[in-house]
Amino acid sequence: MDLLYDTLFNGLAIGSVLVLAALGLAVVFGLMGVINMAHGELMMIGAYTTYVVQNLFKTGPLESLFPIYILIAIPAAFLISGLAGLLLEKTVIRRLYGRPLETLLATWGVSLILQQFVRSVSTAFFVGLLVAVAIGVITPLVSPPALWQKRSSPLLRTGSWVVAGAIGIGLASALGQVMVLDTPWFSARNIDVTAPEWLRESISLGSLNMPTARLFIIALTAVCLLAVNRFLQKSVWGIRIRAVTQNRSMSSCLGIPTEQVDALTFLVGSGLAGVAGAALTLLGPVGPNLGGSYIVDCFMVVVLGGVGKLAGTLVAALGIGVLSFVIGSGSLLVVWPTMPVALNELVTFFATSSMAKVLVFALVVLFLQIRPAGLFPQKGRMVEA
Amino acid sequence: MKLSSLQARLSSPKTAGKTTLRLVGGATALATAISLVACGGGDKSAGGNFDGEVKVGILHSRSGTMAISENTVAEAELMAIDEINAAGGITIDGKKLKIVPVQEDGASDWPTFAEKAKKLIDQDQVAVVFGGWTSASRKAMLPVFEAKDHFLFYPIQYEGQECSKNIFYSGATPNQQAEPAVEWLLKNKGKNFFLVGSDYVYPRTANTIMKEQLKAQGGKLVGEDYLPLGNTEVAPIIAKIKQALPKGGVIVNTLNGDSNVAFFKQMKAAGITPANGYSIMSFSIAEEEIAAIGPEYLEGTYAAWNYFQSLDTPASKKFTAAFKAKYGDKRVTNDPAEAAYAMVYLWAKGAEKANSVDDNKVREALVGVSFDAPEGTVTVQPNHHIEKLVLIGEVKKDGMFKILENKGFVKPVAWNQFVPETKGYTCDWTQKRPDAGKYKL
Repeated sequence: MDLLYDTLFNGLAIGSVLVLAALGLAVVFGLMGVINMAHGELMMIGAYTTYVVQNLFKTGPLESLFPIYILIAIPAAFLISGLAGLLLEKTVIRRLYGRPLETLLATWGVSLILQQFVRSVSTAFFVGLLVAVAIGVITPLVSPPALWQKRSSPLLRTGSWVVAGAIGIGLASALGQVMVLDTPWFSARNIDVTAPEWLRESISLGSLNMPTARLFIIALTAVCLLAVNRFLQKSVWGIRIRAVTQNRSMSSCLGIPTEQVDALTFLVGSGLAGVAGAALTLLGPVGPNLGGSYIVDCFMVVVLGGVGKLAGTLVAALGIGVLSFVIGSGSLLVVWPTMPVALNELVTFFATSSMAKVLVFALVVLFLQIRPAGLFPQKGRMVEA
Repeated sequence: MKLSSLQARLSSPKTAGKTTLRLVGGATALATAISLVACGGGDKSAGGNFDGEVKVGILHSRSGTMAISENTVAEAELMAIDEINAAGGITIDGKKLKIVPVQEDGASDWPTFAEKAKKLIDQDQVAVVFGGWTSASRKAMLPVFEAKDHFLFYPIQYEGQECSKNIFYSGATPNQQAEPAVEWLLKNKGKNFFLVGSDYVYPRTANTIMKEQLKAQGGKLVGEDYLPLGNTEVAPIIAKIKQALPKGGVIVNTLNGDSNVAFFKQMKAAGITPANGYSIMSFSIAEEEIAAIGPEYLEGTYAAWNYFQSLDTPASKKFTAAFKAKYGDKRVTNDPAEAAYAMVYLWAKGAEKANSVDDNKVREALVGVSFDAPEGTVTVQPNHHIEKLVLIGEVKKDGMFKILENKGFVKPVAWNQFVPETKGYTCDWTQKRPDAGKYKL
């Protein structure tokens, strides 16, 4: 019985991390059909936001509030990642709707850019970038509009951006001469996010030992799921999002601002990725590669659950969680010690973390062979369209 | 640059619609051009009183997962080269030669290491290559160096079971790190061992050796598990440890890279801590990794190395001070950096002794060469490894190590004597025999 509780709790713990990580993707990929390879990097931005918030609380006037910094870091992570996602939608993804392959490549490129950005960003670099973008954006606004309507305007526009870029790079290298400004903010190294004391302990219930960080993540996952569900089912914008998902042109005819709906959906999805990133700092390493280790799992969960269904994401993630724990910890042997030798050897063979992962992947692939649309297939018009 | 032609094409009305994409392209090209100019800045120290130059290759991962660790090693090598040059370079035939490093990026990708090694040897004609971190990268480069009969200096502690004529190893073999650590654990901490490692050649081989050693010295293996590199879900491993060692015991950790952070954070949360009777010994966690994981998660765990920054000798302090002065006050030194630093000096001394930078002559001259390294005086042994100081330390609150035991200098054993397949074999490159790399005594 202890083993059952242990399995359930650990399965839930592993599963809830997967739910949280995949939830944002379920919104973006499931509702909008955008294959966002930069989802992992949006999680990373959330984790780095947590790091910055933590540093604010580590010393100085806010030190006494350190134990609850995580409660401020989570909304901050939602906001920053959401805004980053919004920027991504406005600049890149907007231009690529309906072209999944280009979206995949472009977002993958964005993910590499974001990784390198956190590695090399320094004050000099940031100021240079900011000035370049500002000049590039402002120039057309302050110069006579007539200039920009001639046939040579593309050349002019390129020229202005080239000049802006040159000024930015020049400024960055000039500022870079000063050691203080040239020091990277985060560098390529992993950064140390310290969980508050109460999230580094565990609670014992009978023989079951539950780390508080895991309990916190389970609770956070539940809150996020309920909030997203309520948002999609009850709020005006949620209903609009679902309408656009079902039939974009009809919604547009009926006066729903589809562009705003797209932007909002992407913002929410990206924000959720940020929340996942903030939660992951309690469990694992925080570095530029954080996203890469979760992106495959996220897609696996969303595809297995059935694209477009939140319930599917939930069930798939918990299922994978319990399955990988049962296989990886070899607890079948404890329940059934007298199993035949051949079976026993098979179970022992898969009872390491790396082999468990292989087996879980194999089972998911096998399942998708039988039910290609996942656990909860999407029904209705969109499927036919 | 082709920027002008790009702009000419942009101005034609036909392509005007794609301005934004072109624009990004143009900006990137410009940025690349400018940064290339910026990076290619002149060599400030050139024009000293040198009679010539000798090129050496530096081949580490400067990008990708391993960059975090390998950057430090490359920096330590560059520091050693700068110091040697500042002291007048190396003297060959009465001529002062300046050491010029040629840097290449292995990009954390093992075939790239082999490719870049070829490039350094054929194209740049370097006298020697300093490089590698993971055993996988070394195994990838090995055939290149053997085929071209060239010379690689490798600075990291590794699993042993290898002894190449074309590689010089300045890191520890298992009998200079893992074996004394296990002996110390058996003597002081308990007999029940759980082994956790990353899933690749070093942890697998190191654990094979440890299992044989436990059998031979009365320890007991209660479980082992391997995590894929980069995996961060350790709940199943923790459940297994709790099952196998409910009341405490010894855990030997050979995880590499990011997984360590997840491992220690979750172990602490699950109550598998030194305070609850678990002795945790890591073989891949040095000062730099502690800073990244957070000392609060590691305090009270153990590590075995050949050098700690806290080693209280004048040579060690000088090394750390020089490193901090060059790369910033927040930086720390560690064992791999020390080994990398020492091996550059050993090569320079070997070349001066051989009175040539030809790799075959240096190789012969190297055996017996000594250098006052930060860990103490190290001497090159006939099996192309070096004698090393064996230290066992405990992580303190400030992220430094308290040295618990100093086992003194230990001679390297390339072919492990606990493993039945290699028991009785040895390696001695001063012997004139075809199988000098592995022969039975």
